[in-house]
Parts: sequence; structure tokens; C-alpha cells
Amino acid sequence: MQHDHSIILNNIKKTYNKGTLVAVENISFKVESGELFGLIGPDGAGKTTLFRILTTLLLADQGIASVNGLDVVKDYKKIRNCVGYMPGKFSLYQDLTIEENLNFFATVFGTTIEENYDLIKDIYIQIEPFKDRRAGKLSGGMKQKLALCCALIHKPDVLFLDEPTTGVDVVSRKEFWEMLKRLKAQGITILVSTPYMDEANLCDRIALIQKGKILSIDTPVKIVQSYPEKLFAIKSSNAFKLLQDVREYAGTETCFAFGDALHTTFKSNEEGVLNYLKDKGHNDVSIESITPGIEDCFIELLKN
Amino acid sequence: MHSQLLTFIKKEFLHVFRDRKTLLMLFGLPIAQIVLFGFALSNEVKDSKIVVADYSKDATTQQIIAKIGSSKYFNIQQSLQSAQQLEAAFKKGDIKMAVIFPPNFGNNLQHTNKATIQVIADASDPNLATTVTNYVTNIINDYNSSLNNGNVQPLQITPEVQMLYNPELRGAPNFVPGVMALVFMLVCTMMTSVAIVKEKELGTMEILLVSPFRPIYIIISKLAPNLIISVVNLFIILILSSVFLDLQVKGSVLLLTFCSMLFILTSLAVGLLLSINAQTQESAMTASLMGMMLPTMLLTGFLFPIENMPIPMQVLANLVPSRWYFIIVKRVMLKGLGFEAVWKETLILAAMCVLLFTISLRKFKIRLQ
Repeated sequence: MQHDHSIILNNIKKTYNKGTLVAVENISFKVESGELFGLIGPDGAGKTTLFRILTTLLLADQGIASVNGLDVVKDYKKIRNCVGYMPGKFSLYQDLTIEENLNFFATVFGTTIEENYDLIKDIYIQIEPFKDRRAGKLSGGMKQKLALCCALIHKPDVLFLDEPTTGVDVVSRKEFWEMLKRLKAQGITILVSTPYMDEANLCDRIALIQKGKILSIDTPVKIVQSYPEKLFAIKSSNAFKLLQDVREYAGTETCFAFGDALHTTFKSNEEGVLNYLKDKGHNDVSIESITPGIEDCFIELLKN
Repeated sequence: MHSQLLTFIKKEFLHVFRDRKTLLMLFGLPIAQIVLFGFALSNEVKDSKIVVADYSKDATTQQIIAKIGSSKYFNIQQSLQSAQQLEAAFKKGDIKMAVIFPPNFGNNLQHTNKATIQVIADASDPNLATTVTNYVTNIINDYNSSLNNGNVQPLQITPEVQMLYNPELRGAPNFVPGVMALVFMLVCTMMTSVAIVKEKELGTMEILLVSPFRPIYIIISKLAPNLIISVVNLFIILILSSVFLDLQVKGSVLLLTFCSMLFILTSLAVGLLLSINAQTQESAMTASLMGMMLPTMLLTGFLFPIENMPIPMQVLANLVPSRWYFIIVKRVMLKGLGFEAVWKETLILAAMCVLLFTISLRKFKIRLQ
């Protein structure tokens, strides 16, 4: 079964607590077949709710959604046969070993490790030396790799990964995304969510989501291009005082701390701010024009 | 689908066997209970404080009193003169038994060949009361037969035993059926509900639901280990009570096993039902303890007789599955009765089992909400 769009959401709304708490509202987007699509947003944005609706675990209050051309409500049994899902809080069976966990999930999905070994080989080979170790004793990165193996073992058409890199060290995160790239090359559609903005650039397309609403959907490059302002990075040795001073400056539009620099936009232009800061005692202050990142775009979108 | 189910069941067993603490509880609980009750029963009662009231004061009574006093079981505290003193002695609490010889005891025995001794025991502790009255009855019978040596017309001394405070003497044999009901309820209900809720907590339930694996198989896999463990427990209890308590199954073991399985299944269904709404292991545990342990203890009839309860409580007790199981075990195990004596209770239990399973299967969520 090939469809142009693996995942379609149309005007999805979901509330909790008898309608008093709106989790997501007015959500519509499409994910193309073979695409690596990212849902980017902070905790509580509604990412997990969307995942659960798509994996047939929750019923939406409103709207329709389909996976692989199958309706998430009517055809839930068929969907459960062809998707892989890694829930956010998924932590495997702590008292079973790596091999037992993988074997169990393979059997539950009606397959064996041998049958789809080539699919998970790249990932599994890294944790195979520890296959007799219990999952509870694994590091965060190894757990994620094992979880991904478990979600992949039945060769799903569509893979849902809910915050797979949360709580994982930087190196493992990088490895994890490389693995996703390889899976994508095998033609698997992947919907992945993350609270880390820096991971957004690794997706084909992203949806920025906040408080249950989608702010923007596009490729990371286009989202960055659509950033309307000129962005500057200001640095000085006294970062704390610098933040206060720049924010007090009359010409400043927005100013946020990013690592050791202040990402700043100005109402008209940046002229004059350097002298202003030198007067304030910042002798080593520097300012340069930079291309915005996804996080800058996110903050900019939140303003509206 | 068969191999899937088997793998799942195997996995459940791995969970059980790798959790040493739970495993210890599962098999330790029935053993501990039976051994505990066993020791409570088999312990000899030595040096019980008793009082003697001798209104006859003749050679025969002196001989009997001397015989009682020389026994290792008794320690005669005082000799009493009146009924008021007797009551006061019991109320003080450390006196376990009173032996009373009526006036003209020796005369009666010689002339009518019959005499009666009154034995009054503090039965607020039923085990103790039974034991001490048995001891004293034996001593009197022993003396009686020594008198009768060579006599043509046998002399008869009859001890008249009176149990104070707890005339029904609810005691130890009652505990074994009670322990059985309690252990099965605990193991099946609590372990099942906790096992299912654990998957929810871990997030693995989400994966299992988003898999081709049918929900009914999830349920079967969760129930299977507890069913098997409980059947093992059943035989452990039966063997232990036979060895330690000298309490063998008088009726059919097959019938007892069948009814026990029925009760075990009912308890499993309760556990399943409790797990459906519980979100955390703690809440599942609390629900099992409050919802099942307490009614099992209070309303089954092995701690407090149901007949003495107010009508609303009696009606409530009828809804507790263990109440019916308790009756079945008592009749089959202790009294040796057959199926014709317990078919009604078995039917009620079966109906409860079917009803509970139907409800929990219907309510079992194929989604998260």
C-alpha cells in the first residue's frame, strides 16, 4: 500500500477533564510517505496527545485522522499491525534482559529477531555485547537504542517516536538521529517529537507546536528564512549586566540569552547600541549579525 | 497466535521469578500462616493457673485434687469457698479454669455410682480453654478407670464442662479455610491488579495496545501465572495443614481443588476489574487491600460469625465471594461432605465468577481512555 501521505490530520481537537482542558485544537497537517517529520514544542504543547490519537490510543473529540490511508477510529486494528510506536515514558521491562525484551516484542508483533535483523542491525550491534544485561541496568542511551529496536522489530510502515531523545546524553542523541536517517533511507515514514530545538534541523519538515496549536509548518530552512527581523548576537564578559543593559536600551525590540550571547532585534537598526553599551562600562562588547535558529523563530512566532 | 501467548505467559513468569521479594511473599505467606496457626495449636499449655472449689472435702475429692495438682499442666492457685469468689477470680483474668466438686461427691460416687465434677473454663481464648478442659477431663477419666479396676459395677465420674465467654469455641480448624480464602484473594486479586497496572505505569501497555496482540491475550497472560501459583499454594496449604495441624481433607480432594479453582478464578476477575481503573500500583494495591482483604477478613465468617451480624451486614456478606468459598471448604474439608452439600454455594461462586469476568472483559480498555 503506497500513499502520497502516510499521516493525515484534519482539524483534530482533543480535550481532557470533560472538555475543560484543551490539549490540542485545530490541528491539521500531512506527512508524506518516507518523510522524517518533526513535532517541535515544549513540554505540555500537546505532542503526546497527537501521538496517541494517531496510534489509536486516544479518540479525538473532533476531526479525522488517518495513518497509511486507514482511519484511526474505524480501522484501528489494521493500524496496529503496521505502525511502530515508542511512547515517551517507555522504559521497557526493567527485569528482563535486552535479548528477552527484544524477543518478547518481536513475538508480540508476530515476527522474530532473525526475520528483520537487517533492519535493526546497525542499532542492535551497539547494544548486543550487553544482551544479557537487564534493561533496568542500562544507560539512558542504550535504553533508547533498545526501545527503538523494539519499535522497529516488525518492520513498520510508519514509525512514531515520542520524545525519543529526552534524557539522553549529547553523543547518544547524535547517534540516534543518524539512525533515524538510515531508517528513513529504508522508506519508513517517521513522525518524531522533541523539545530540543537544535534537533529540528535534522528533520525534513517540522511543525512548531505550542499550547495545543500549530504555529508553523515547513522545512527548517524555510522557517528560518521566514524570520522577519534582522538578528544580532551581542557578547560581553559581564553577561548578566549586559542582559539588563540591552533590555533597558530604548531601541531594543527583543532580547533573549542564548548560551553566552544575547540574541537581539532592534526597532529600527543596531546603530548606537555599541556606544550605549560602552558608556555603560562594557569595554569588550561585540555585536554581529547572525542567521536565526529554529528557537529564534519559535520565540518570534510566540509573539503573535 | 499460540506461540505469542506462550511467550507472553513465559514473560509473566519471568517477572514473578525475578522479583524475589514478591516471590517470597507469594509462597511465604501461606506457609507462614499455616505454620503460625500450627504452632498456636500444637503448643502444650503448661502451668495453667486454676482454682479448685471443694464443697465435699472427702477422700475421693482430695485424691483427685492431688492428681490434678501434681500434673505439669496445672498450678492450683487457691481453694475457693463460694461462687462469688469464683467469679472474682475469673474476672481478675489470670485464672484459666475452675474445678468444682459439689457437696457429697464421695458419697454420691459410692452409693449411686455416679458423681459430677463441674469444670468451668475461660473460653475467651478458645484454644486454651479447649486444651485445659481436655487435660482435666483426661485426668479425671484416668482416675475413674483406676477406681474401676476389678469393680463389677463401674463407677462414673462425669466432668461437666462449661465454656465461659465463647461457648461456640470458634477456633483453629476454622482458620485453615479462612487462610485459604485469604491467601487466594490476596495473591490473585492483588497480584493481578498490580501486574496490569505495572504495564500502564511502565508505558509498555501503550505498546501492547498498539500491537496486533489481542487484548484478551494480554489478560490471559496476566492471569495465568497467578492461577498456577495459587494452585501450587492450595496444595502447599493442604499438605502443611495435614502435617502440622493434623487436619486432613475429609472429603474429596478433587472437589476441593475444583471449588478452589473456581474461587481463584473469581479472585482473578476481581483483580482484573480493579486494575481497569487504577492508574498506579499503589492505588491498585490499596484498592485490593481495602476492597478485598477487609471484606474477606470481616465478612467471610472465619473471624466473626455472620449469623450474629446485623441484617445489612449479612446481606453485604452474601456479596463477598470468599464467604461462599469458606462454607464450601468447611463442608468438604472439615466435615467430609460431597458435592450435594455444596452445589448451591458452588453455583453462586460460579455465577459471581462469570459475572465478574464479563464485566471486566467488557470494561477492559482497548485504548487509553
